[in-house]
Parts: sequence; C-alpha cells; structure tokens
Amino acid sequence: MRKLIPALVILPCLAALLLLATELPPYGNPDNPANNEVTARYLEKGVEEAGATNIVTDIIVDYRAYDTLIETTVLFTALIAVMLTLKGDRKHHA
Amino acid sequence: MPDLIIREITALLLPFIQMYGIYVIMHGHLSPGGGFAGGMIVGVSLVLYILVFGLDSCLRKVPHRLSSIVESFGTLWYAAVGFVGLLRGTSFLMNKGAGISLGTPGKLFSSGLIVVITLGVGIKVASTVLSLLYTLIEED
Repeated sequence: MRKLIPALVILPCLAALLLLATELPPYGNPDNPANNEVTARYLEKGVEEAGATNIVTDIIVDYRAYDTLIETTVLFTALIAVMLTLKGDRKHHA
Repeated sequence: MPDLIIREITALLLPFIQMYGIYVIMHGHLSPGGGFAGGMIVGVSLVLYILVFGLDSCLRKVPHRLSSIVESFGTLWYAAVGFVGLLRGTSFLMNKGAGISLGTPGKLFSSGLIVVITLGVGIKVASTVLSLLYTLIEED
C-alpha cells in the first residue's frame, strides 16, 4: 500500500510528460520557437556589444549578468548550508 | 598516504592542471570555458592535492580561514564590479553602455568588465570547492 499510492501518482504524471515529449519540436529544426530574434541578436551583435568572442560568456556575463550574479550567490548559500549543517552545533556536542 | 608512484605523478601533474585551470579562467571570453569551469578545475586540483598529500599539508598552504574569506569576497567582488556601471551613471552591471572600452575582440585584455568578473567568479568557485571539502573532512 505504501508503494502503491506513490506509483498511482507517479505513473499518470510520467504518462502525461511522455505524451508532452512527443509534441516537442524536432531537434535542430530552424523553425523551432527557440530560434527567434533573441538568438539571432546574440549571435550577430554579441561580439560588438559585449566584446567577448565566446558568445556564451557574452550572454552569461553581459546580457544575463544578473543571473550569473545570483548564481554565485547560490554557490555561497550552498556552502553556508553545509557549514550550518555540519558545524552549527559543535558547542552543544563538545 | 598513497604510494610513491601516485605522489610523484601528482607532483608532476599538479602545476599543469592548475595552469590549465587559470588558462580557462583567463580566456573565458575568448574560448570555451569561463569562471565556473576554470574555477572548478583549480578547485579539483586542490582536492587532488588533499587526497594525495593529506589535509594538513594543504591546510598549511591554504588555511581554512583564508579559503572561507576568499570564498565570501568572490560574490562581493562581482557585486562591486556591478557598481562600476552605477557610478558612471548607467544601470547596475552595465559594461559597454557604461563607456568602458571593450578593446579589440579576440585579444586577452578585451571585453571590458567581463574579464574582471570572470576572474572573480573563477577564484570564488575554486575556493568554494576547497572550503566545502575542508568543512566536510574536518567534521569526521
């Protein structure tokens, strides 16, 4: 019973997701929604506007700099979480 | 302590691994890689150093406190670079729009603040890996 209920929840979700996956546009198709004017702008003007020949760096450090700033904060938070978990109550155990 | 072969090979390879990590960080704006990938290579080289030469040996070279301080200042460094844009009268984290010279694309010292940010992120990721391992090992 304890395994049946999760299975009853998971299997319909899995079926729905797999059905959705069949509706995805084919990989590499130039008409895909992801290949819109934003991609074209990054590829055409990236070097000129951000100055780095690595377009990925142009995007993550210049166009999406806020995202990367918060990403470094995520790393920082992860380390703090580990420190809190492992070091937090040393005084009480000593 | 691992045997002689592992110690000698590691001592031989470590400078090249760290040099490669620094290369990936410094060329983040020119070739594939960047602060996260390069910082991870430098950090993992230090993990290898700990695994081979022991924790105490690494703690003598990079104390835990230093690693934690560098780790915290990595994020602050990024945010501080962001204020350059504000101080020049544009928005936060602005690069070219803040009037910073981008230099010639393809050169090592080009693309304005991107190099500075990538360097900070690389140092931060490397010290994060090291601090994480220190914290996990010392808790035995």
